[in-house]
Amino acid sequence: MARSVTTRRKTVNTLAAWAIGLLIFFPILWTILTSFKTEAQAINDPPLFFFFDWTLENYAVVQERSNYMRYLWNSVIIAGGSTVLGLIIAVPAAWSMAFVPSKRTKDILMWMLSTKMLPAVGVLYPIYLVFIELGLLDTRVGLTIVLMLINLPIIVWMLYTYFKEIPGEILEAARMDGATLKEEILYILTPMAIPGIASTLLLNIILAWNEAFWTLNLTAAKAAPLTAFIASYSSPEGLFYAKLSAASTMAIAPILILGWFSQKQLVRGLTFGAVK
Amino acid sequence: MSLKNALCAVTALTLITTTGAFAETITIATVNNGDMIRMQGLTDDFTKKTGHDVEWVTLEENVLRQRVTQDIAAKGGQFDVLTIGMYETPIWAGNEWLVSLEDLPASYDADDILPAMRAGLSHDGSLYAAPFYGESSMIMYRTDLMEKAGLTMPDAPTWSDVEAAAKGMTDKDNEIYGICLRGKAGWGENMAFITTVANSFGARWFDENWKPQLDTPEWKEAVSFYNNLLTTYGPPGASTNGFNENLALFQQGKCGMWIDATVAASFVTNPDDSTVADKVGFALAPNKEGVDKRSNWLWAWALAIPAGTQKEAAAKQFIEWATSKDYIELVASKEGWANVPPGARTSLYQNPEYQKVPFAAMTLESINAANPDSPTVKPVPYVGIQYVAIPEWAGIGTAAGQEFSAMVAGQQTVDEALAKAQANTAEEMEAAGY
Repeated sequence: MARSVTTRRKTVNTLAAWAIGLLIFFPILWTILTSFKTEAQAINDPPLFFFFDWTLENYAVVQERSNYMRYLWNSVIIAGGSTVLGLIIAVPAAWSMAFVPSKRTKDILMWMLSTKMLPAVGVLYPIYLVFIELGLLDTRVGLTIVLMLINLPIIVWMLYTYFKEIPGEILEAARMDGATLKEEILYILTPMAIPGIASTLLLNIILAWNEAFWTLNLTAAKAAPLTAFIASYSSPEGLFYAKLSAASTMAIAPILILGWFSQKQLVRGLTFGAVK
Repeated sequence: MSLKNALCAVTALTLITTTGAFAETITIATVNNGDMIRMQGLTDDFTKKTGHDVEWVTLEENVLRQRVTQDIAAKGGQFDVLTIGMYETPIWAGNEWLVSLEDLPASYDADDILPAMRAGLSHDGSLYAAPFYGESSMIMYRTDLMEKAGLTMPDAPTWSDVEAAAKGMTDKDNEIYGICLRGKAGWGENMAFITTVANSFGARWFDENWKPQLDTPEWKEAVSFYNNLLTTYGPPGASTNGFNENLALFQQGKCGMWIDATVAASFVTNPDDSTVADKVGFALAPNKEGVDKRSNWLWAWALAIPAGTQKEAAAKQFIEWATSKDYIELVASKEGWANVPPGARTSLYQNPEYQKVPFAAMTLESINAANPDSPTVKPVPYVGIQYVAIPEWAGIGTAAGQEFSAMVAGQQTVDEALAKAQANTAEEMEAAGY
C-alpha cells in the first residue's frame, strides 16, 4: 500500500517537474522553432508548431548580413575574461572572510551586496564619462572590467558560502605542516572547493554572456558582443520575427550547450552544503 | 645598412599614414528596417567610389535613440553618422549637436528634396539631416471586401466614409475586422496616430502660450471617435496592437482597412508575405467634414553628422552617397523600383518607371498634404504633426499614450483618460518651465 502511494506521488512529482520545466523552456523552444519558419509563417494565426516547411533561409540571411564570429568572439572574451578576473580577486577575498573574519566582515559582505541594489542606469552617465576619459568606450578591456565589477559581489558571496563549509582545521593542519598562505589557498583550499568554484565560474559566465545593459550602452561597432547582435535584429517597423529568432538562437546556442554539458557541476555546486 | 633600413621604414610609414588620411573607417548608427538593411548591403559601392570603409551599428529604434542621445550629449564620439528622425533633428540642431548640411555640393541637388521633408529636417532655415526615406500615413483598404459590401472608397475620404466602410466590411464571425488602428502605448505608437486624428478634428496639443488643450471639446470628440471606431469595428486586444501587430493582421487578411505609415504599402502588396497582396487599395488619410486638416503625419529617417566627429568629411561623403539620386538608381537596378527608398526626392516621383508603382502617387500626395510648420487648424507654438518637437514630448506623449491605451482596453472612460493626460501634461510643462 505504502509502495503504491509512493509511486503515485512519484508520478505526480515527475509530471509536475516536467510541466514546470517545459513551461520555463517553452519561450526558448518557440524561438528556435520560429527561426526555421518564413516571416509569413512566423506570424501565422493559429500558430504553427511542428508542421510547416522548415527553412534555413533566416540563418543564411543573418550570416550574410552580420559578422557572427566577431560578435561571438567578443562575447567569449568579455564573459570569460570578466569571470576569470573576478575569480582571481574573489578567491583571496572570500578566503579571508571565511577563515579570518574580522568584526566588520558581515558589514563588508552586506555593503558589497548593496551595490547590486542600485539600478544600473543610475551610474550609467558617470561610467560613460569615465570611459570617455580613459578611452575605454567600445573596447573589450573596458567591458571586461565593468562586467567583472558588476558580478564581483555575487562571486565573492558564492565563494564565501562554499568556503564556510570547509572545516578550518584542515587549513590549520596545512599551516602547521609549513604551508605558506599561497600554498594553502592554491593547493589545499582550491581543490576542496572545486565544485563551488566551478559552479561560480559557470554561473558568472552565463550572467556575463547575457548581460545586455552595459554591453549595449558601452559598445558601438568593435567590441559589441552577441547581445548587440540580437538587438540589431529587433524592429518596431517591419516584421522580422523569424530573422530575430534565428539571431537569438545563434546567440544563445553556445551558452545553452555549455550549460547542458556542465549541468551536473552546476547543480552540484548550487546545492553544495544544502544537505548536511 | 641599418640606416638604409631605417630610411625605408620611415618612407613606408609616411606612405601608409598619408594614404590612411584619405581612407577612413566611419561608424554609422542605424535602425533595423528594410531600406536601411538594403543600404548596408550596397555599401561596397560607396567604398569603391570613395575608399572609405563603413562599420554599422544597428539597433532597435528606441534603443538607438537612447544610445545616440547619450553619446552625443556626453561627446563620446562613437558615431560619425547618425540615423535620426524628424522629431530629434530640430531639437538636436538647436542644441548645436549636429553639423549643418548646407554646404553639400551642387551636384547633390539639395533643392530636389521634397519641401515637406526639408522643412521637418531644418532648424532656423538650415538643413541638418538629409532624408534617407520619408513617409506619411494613408488608408490601406481591401478592395474585394469593399466591393462585397457594395461600397467605394473616395480618394480623399472623411471620417464618416471611414466609419461606414469599417461597418460594411466587419464580419466578426469570419474574423474580419473593419478597421485596424494603433492602440499600443508609446509616443511613436498610438500617440502618433491619435495626435493626427486630433489634428483632423480641429484640436491641438498646446495653445500659443503652451497651455495644454486636452480638455477642449475638439479633443473629446476626436478621442471618442477613435475609441468608438476601434472598439466597435477593430480586432480584439487592439490596445496592444502597434505597427507590427496590425501589419501581421492585415497581411493575414483580417483587417478591412488600416490607417498607418505609407511604407507599409510595399509590405502589404508583397505577395511573398501578404495573403492579400493583389487586393489592396490606397486613399488619403481622412479628415472630419469641414475641417481643413487631414490626419496624415510626416516622418523621415534621415542621416546626420554629430558635431565633434573627427571624420566629418568622410561622413558627409557618405550622406551624399546614401541620399543621392544615384543611390536610388542603384537600388532600382538591383532590387526593382518598388524597393527604392521613398518619400525623399521630388525627382523620384517624376520618374516614369516609379510612377508605375501602385502606391507611389498616393504616397506623394499624402506627404504633400502634410505641413509640419502648420499642423493644426488653430495656431500652435510648436513644429511637428504627430508629435510636438520639444524635448519633453517623449515623456508627455508616452504618459498620455498609456492613458489612451487603457481606455481602448476598457479600463477607463474617454473623459478619465483625457483628464489624466491633461493633468500630467500640465504638470510636466510647468516643471519644464513653460
